[in-house]
Amino acid sequence: MRVALFVTCLVDGLFPDVGKATVALLERLGCTVEVPLAQTCCGQMHINTGYTREAVALVRRHAAAFEGYEAVVAPSGSCAGSVRHQHAWVADEAGDPGLAAAARDVASRTYELSEFLVDVLGVTDVGAYYPHRVTYHPTCHSLRVLRVGDRPLRLLREVGGIDLVELPQAEACCGFGGTFAVKNADTSAAMLADKMHHVLATGAEVCSASDSSCLLHIGGGLSRLRAGVRTVHLAEILASTRTGQPEVPPR
Amino acid sequence: MTEPVFLGLPTAPPGVGHLRGRRPFPEAARTALGDAQLRRNLAKATGTIRAKRAAVVGEVPDWAELRAAGAAIKDQVLAGLDGYLVQLEEQVTARGGVVHWARDATEANRIVTELVRDAGADEVVKVKSMATQEIGLNEALAAAGIAAWETDLAELIVQLGHDSPSHILVPAIHRNRAEIRDIFLREMGKVGLPAPADLTDQPRALAEAARLHLRRKFLEAGVAISGANFAVAETGTLAVVESEGNGRMCLTLPRTLVTVMGIEKLVPTWRDLEVFLQLLPRSSTGERMNPYTSMWTGVHPGDGPQAFHLVLLDNGRTATLADPQGRAALRCIRCSACLNVCPVYERTGGHAYGSVYPGPIGAVLSPQLTGVADNASLPYASTLCGACYDVCPVAIDIPQMLVHLRSRVVDAKRGHSRVPSPEQAVMASAAFAMDSPARWTAALRASRLGRLLGGRRHRLTALPPPLSAWTGTRDAPLPPRQSFRDWWARR
Repeated sequence: MRVALFVTCLVDGLFPDVGKATVALLERLGCTVEVPLAQTCCGQMHINTGYTREAVALVRRHAAAFEGYEAVVAPSGSCAGSVRHQHAWVADEAGDPGLAAAARDVASRTYELSEFLVDVLGVTDVGAYYPHRVTYHPTCHSLRVLRVGDRPLRLLREVGGIDLVELPQAEACCGFGGTFAVKNADTSAAMLADKMHHVLATGAEVCSASDSSCLLHIGGGLSRLRAGVRTVHLAEILASTRTGQPEVPPR
Repeated sequence: MTEPVFLGLPTAPPGVGHLRGRRPFPEAARTALGDAQLRRNLAKATGTIRAKRAAVVGEVPDWAELRAAGAAIKDQVLAGLDGYLVQLEEQVTARGGVVHWARDATEANRIVTELVRDAGADEVVKVKSMATQEIGLNEALAAAGIAAWETDLAELIVQLGHDSPSHILVPAIHRNRAEIRDIFLREMGKVGLPAPADLTDQPRALAEAARLHLRRKFLEAGVAISGANFAVAETGTLAVVESEGNGRMCLTLPRTLVTVMGIEKLVPTWRDLEVFLQLLPRSSTGERMNPYTSMWTGVHPGDGPQAFHLVLLDNGRTATLADPQGRAALRCIRCSACLNVCPVYERTGGHAYGSVYPGPIGAVLSPQLTGVADNASLPYASTLCGACYDVCPVAIDIPQMLVHLRSRVVDAKRGHSRVPSPEQAVMASAAFAMDSPARWTAALRASRLGRLLGGRRHRLTALPPPLSAWTGTRDAPLPPRQSFRDWWARR
């Protein structure tokens, strides 16, 4: 299956290993992965901060970059959510029905990674091996925008060697919220404190999620506390095998 | 002839009522976040009510259909509001009531003050009401020499404590029982029957002290003032749902009853109440039924109040109705389920929002009632986590509405100055860089310079403003040596 990777700007610029892991995982499962380099950012930061007008060009760029692919896969519930639930609205706001139609078309073929694995490829055991104690934060936009439900947990439960522990009050927001983390830094930090409290209560050595943005936040807090808990993206766990590091074959 | 110019619809006027905070949300929140007692009270109270709600909503097999019906009925009302309001006026009038139309808080306060004076009263008892809190009625009555006594237990605590409500349903949620005991002991005697000197902080003892204090007020008052949960257009019936029975006392004992109601509180038919009387108690108190449901239609000789006045309040509601993407906020039935699940509200409490409508619904309603310029920080007081939408019994898409209102805030600021604000500049330059793969690639390569800031620590612990707000409490990772796209291009 020919799959376009919507790598997201955050993974592209700050967490390239998450992108590499996603490529390795999808290729291991028999997909032909392409990365349209015309992609940059879905514009969610602009949209969610009120800069809808500035986001129009990014929505147009995104729709053009991913035109014609059978499936578009993102290692992010939040960015996939923006494409599926915001792009057509931005186009409508700009009074551009052609763009809105194009955006809806791309949206209909866009999947968050766990959705793609479980619903499209029909796998939950991806042959991963990850011998660590892991707790999973399900992320707001995966849960309440995309409704991915327990798909990430079904994937994690099949991982060899994993010690998966339930995160208390898992469905509560970690307090990131994009520019909220800066505009309302104090409230954001208060929410993060509670999330970290629950993560630490599990005794896990790894906190995972399917969004690098939430992990940037939770990981930033844990690092500041020198808490000794790592944040690892779901794709990195699923890409890991008995040989250790994700296997990324040369092109 | 010149073209007519649309000047917009009037919003709630400043200087009267409680829809505007003195400080922007982030600043007010900072104070609240430092209050350990408040944080504990809120976490306990919202956690308890959240669990109760989830249990009683979970047991209704057709909740999704009820929710859709609630939304549809309210949308029908909003689409035909002009007709339904006139129908309500006709029905109330035909059954012996008097209807008054108030453009805003100032007019509503004047109308109610005159009605109380006409009734020859200098004291009124009040049923818990958001509309009268919104317009600052108690302060307006006090200025006219009229004492207004709140009779809802929590509102009484707030009033005696010279405090303001911090939750729609549980206005004293920020108080614990030890504080309530102290307030009762200190204040009750100044305005009526004192609390017993040996008052403990046991809920039963506190309730008994309030009961004895209030009973005298009920029996002495000639005028009661209420809000309304619903008004039925086809019959002219008003409805108040409550838990304590104090509302029933106010609605039946005094000779004169004045009800202040937002114009969006209508339902078309009696039968529509069937939907809302299921949605509301389960969403608000987490009960299958609320203990008291009072309904009244006009006046009846020899039974209950002999004069009934209905004050229909706009105060920015028509302006809200004018925005196709914001008007669904007027579906709100004030259940406060969104407050109880909101991770922001749970930590800051209601006072930080500066309006009588706090939490997620307040963040979309208050800026629309006042105009976004006056509550510009409220649409940003959310992480857009979506918990509010999931529990809303009338399916108001609050996260999407917040995003829409943020764009209204940003658009209102455009062109105010020839020099863009720092935020405008950042957003514009980010959009510029992101609109070209070449510029984006260059930007990512440049970000590697950020590695220098990290030194040997492998993380960034201090960044310049505005990102200093991030590094105040969180580290940031070092930019990688190679972006994903550079890796892909060379792979």
